[in-house]
Amino acid sequence: MAEMLERDALATAEAWREAGRKVALATVVETWGSAPRPVGSHLVIDEEGNFEGSVSGGCVEGAVVGEALELLETGATKMLEFGVADETAWRVGLSCGGRIRVFVEPVA
Amino acid sequence: MMELSLLKALNEERAARRAAILITDTASGEARLVKESEAAGDPLAEEISRRLRSGRSGMLEDGHTFLTVAVPPPRLVVIGAVHISQALAPMAKLAGLDVTIIDPRTAFATQERFPDVSLIAEWPEEALKNIPFDAYTAVAALTHDPKIDDFPLREALAAGCFYVGALGSRKTHGKRVERLLEAGVGASDVERIHAPIGLDIAAASPAEIAVAVLAEVIATLRKGPSAAREAA
Repeated sequence: MAEMLERDALATAEAWREAGRKVALATVVETWGSAPRPVGSHLVIDEEGNFEGSVSGGCVEGAVVGEALELLETGATKMLEFGVADETAWRVGLSCGGRIRVFVEPVA
Repeated sequence: MMELSLLKALNEERAARRAAILITDTASGEARLVKESEAAGDPLAEEISRRLRSGRSGMLEDGHTFLTVAVPPPRLVVIGAVHISQALAPMAKLAGLDVTIIDPRTAFATQERFPDVSLIAEWPEEALKNIPFDAYTAVAALTHDPKIDDFPLREALAAGCFYVGALGSRKTHGKRVERLLEAGVGASDVERIHAPIGLDIAAASPAEIAVAVLAEVIATLRKGPSAAREAA
């Protein structure tokens, strides 16, 4: 099932980009503890904040989308880290107690 | 920064059921694609070969090189639109396998008996021209009929399918082995056939046999062929 969702996100990224939308791709690159989505999971985001796929099953998608929108402006890439130990845990975090790193990059 | 051309190349490999790895330097943002056919000559050949086998994406020890591993989703091709297949097809689909049923007997291969499944009412000799087997395919031959089962079994062994199973008693399988050897199939290949098919859970009904077959397919996929054989 995970493989099917992942396939959709990458196909979606291509389709959106081909349709002329600005697109960023977020990828779970590392996890510690009980992370909700495995390494290699993708979330694809367009410049209007539409997204498809999942990097955490809903916990931090909002924050990833926010970062992606900024990166789409600048064209830069960024490594994000989320976890309950994070100082931003009061705002966004993983209720499961895990920790994840998410790499976000624009699709040029 | 991922180039659109790179994303398209990756998606093209996936659509064609070919394995590929996207290598991204998360420090610089640079990325490149390594197709399975080019893997041997790559500086990261060993790592790539390990990753292609496990199918797992991951970060290298350097802490900044990330490998996105794209291996084709596993597929189950069932030879025979029989009673066991009617139970096996929806179960395998739930487990995440792409399921295709092949049976030239049009009385068996009807969409009423197999709703929501890819069904090909042709001889395997014809059907396999359009959906060739590959290493990410499991083949279960369930008709008992050598005229229907033998060809796809030979093709499955030649294509290196990760699982090859055939229904039939030890006696039936004994005769099958003789036929395959006579047809020029190597002895080590013939030994790869799981027969009697399915993990030994004393399955009695067609649905129970379907559970045993699906469990054996999953065991082979996740644990590798030798470990799955020990479990059987």
